Amino acid sequence: MGWQAIRFWTILVYLFMFLPIAVVVLLAFNANQFGAFPMTGLSLRWFEELFQNEAILRALRTSLALGALTAVISTTLGVLASLALVRYNIPLRNTISTILIAPILVPEVVLAVALLLFLQFLGIHKSFTLLLFGHVIFTLPFVILVVQARLVGIRRDVEEAAMSLGASPRQAFFTITLPLLTPAVAAGALFAFTISFDDITGTLFWKPGGVETVPTQIFAMLRNSISPEINALGTLMILITAGLPLLGLAISRKLALRRDNGT
Amino acid sequence: MSAVTLTNIEKKFGSFTAVEPMSLDIPEGAFVTLLGPSGCGKTTTLRMIAGLLDPTGGEITIKGRRVNDLPIHKRNLGIVFQNYALFPHKTIADNVGFGLRYRDVSKDDAARRVREALELVQLPDVGDRYPAALSGGQQQRIALARAIVIEPDVLLLDEPLSALDANLRENMRVELKKIQHRIGVTSIFVTHDQAEALAMSDRIVVMSDGRVEQVGPPEEVYNAPASEFVANFLGASNILHGQCRARENGTVAIEAPVFGTVPVPAEKAPNVPGPGPAKLVLRAEKLELVAQGGAEDGRIANDAVVETVDYQGQAVRYFVRAGDTQLQAINMIDTHPFAEGDRVTVQFRPRDCAALPGT
Repeated sequence: MGWQAIRFWTILVYLFMFLPIAVVVLLAFNANQFGAFPMTGLSLRWFEELFQNEAILRALRTSLALGALTAVISTTLGVLASLALVRYNIPLRNTISTILIAPILVPEVVLAVALLLFLQFLGIHKSFTLLLFGHVIFTLPFVILVVQARLVGIRRDVEEAAMSLGASPRQAFFTITLPLLTPAVAAGALFAFTISFDDITGTLFWKPGGVETVPTQIFAMLRNSISPEINALGTLMILITAGLPLLGLAISRKLALRRDNGT
Repeated sequence: MSAVTLTNIEKKFGSFTAVEPMSLDIPEGAFVTLLGPSGCGKTTTLRMIAGLLDPTGGEITIKGRRVNDLPIHKRNLGIVFQNYALFPHKTIADNVGFGLRYRDVSKDDAARRVREALELVQLPDVGDRYPAALSGGQQQRIALARAIVIEPDVLLLDEPLSALDANLRENMRVELKKIQHRIGVTSIFVTHDQAEALAMSDRIVVMSDGRVEQVGPPEEVYNAPASEFVANFLGASNILHGQCRARENGTVAIEAPVFGTVPVPAEKAPNVPGPGPAKLVLRAEKLELVAQGGAEDGRIANDAVVETVDYQGQAVRYFVRAGDTQLQAINMIDTHPFAEGDRVTVQFRPRDCAALPGT
């Protein structure tokens, strides 16, 4: 009896979480010209219109570029920071670690306003570069947390073995540490990309005039009307932000499986 | 020429001295063991030779070249680590061939040398596999192959057997020694296991609290310990505090509690100059229990009562009391050990004893 009830509730919770998403995806294929029920037939017309909408395409390109750059910068900085924190006995290690993780704890809107005010104080104007910096600040903690956890698990003596065999510290890093760190680096990069890709709070504060990302574009479109294109765009975003990590996970599983079986 | 020379090398971590200034000369082709309990500085010493730690003082030379400022990857050393430290993402062949990538070796040559190294460690068919597919013993053989394939100037072994289980450990010990002998590489071995040290070494360096206690061939370190620490660390010893009465005619007369005056061979009491306080070192394996009154000729004997019996199969460890003194004896046994409470005679040969200066 108890288990039946738990099962029932679990299903309800899942429905509550995923039904709205399912509705969006479903309506994206609705032939009806209003983005609402009833379904009048299956159609890809909203996707077609989406890909003819210059504003949306521009926003999509901006978001992809922003996400990719954020991922690259955050991952690079995150790996370097993790190396410093885990492998070297630097002073104030715990303090630095806490400060680097802090952006997760501060409410995003506070951070957004703070950075904006700070830059105004410095007399720096909003720009794409500034937006990128903001996203890096947001995503860096996730990268550091993931990479640090993995790095702790990589034994120092493997690196020492590589160096004893003639690899310079740099060669040892690129041939041994980095390959062993790859799953974490990939996970960190995906985190950074997806967080950047669907961030709206910070982006609204930091984006220069005329630049829209996909979330701010949707936000702007919603103010006018609820176009069915938004459903199609939402579906596309789900595909990117959920599909990419799943793909990465599948690949890293496959690689790890091969290695752990030892053949 | 010496393969490795340490001159007054020392390591401090802040105010803590891990290794007090020590000097050591290791001849070409020798198998030298740094032996001691954990925290004695043996691994620190090894890591300084490896270039993984900078000595705070002194000089290290390898094959006549000063290496203090030479980073590890330029020292041409083979290191075998306690936990194998194989590269999990590389195949066995790539693991073994790793060091050859940084040396001027052609592809064909490298492949041949990897094959030979794998044959040497008796695992010729595992080249395509990954480390996770091998057992601990096999992984350690691969680690050894990886270290020797580069023809290092010195092979450093950091407790390489301690992660293996007992039976395997003894087999690997024999095999490791055999391989070392065949290729003739100068080897420095770190262990806390006295049996390993005695079985494998040409020379043992016994360390304690960052100090070298004794350096010598295994028989010498075992038979003529230079300190109480060495006497107790290599096997179990009874230390009896007494007086040296005389040093003459090749014997040193030690008057010890329980047994009276014991004539110890002078070469086993090198540090007892003459009359004065001295300690008699009586190895537990050399103290024999016999039926009461059954002492043999030429033995020094006394009566004792068996207090504790620790039966170990082919051997037994007794704790007996003779007067006020508790003594430890480890005897091989034929059938039945003595029982607790038995009255026995304990006996030993004077030439099996050693003596240390007393305090």
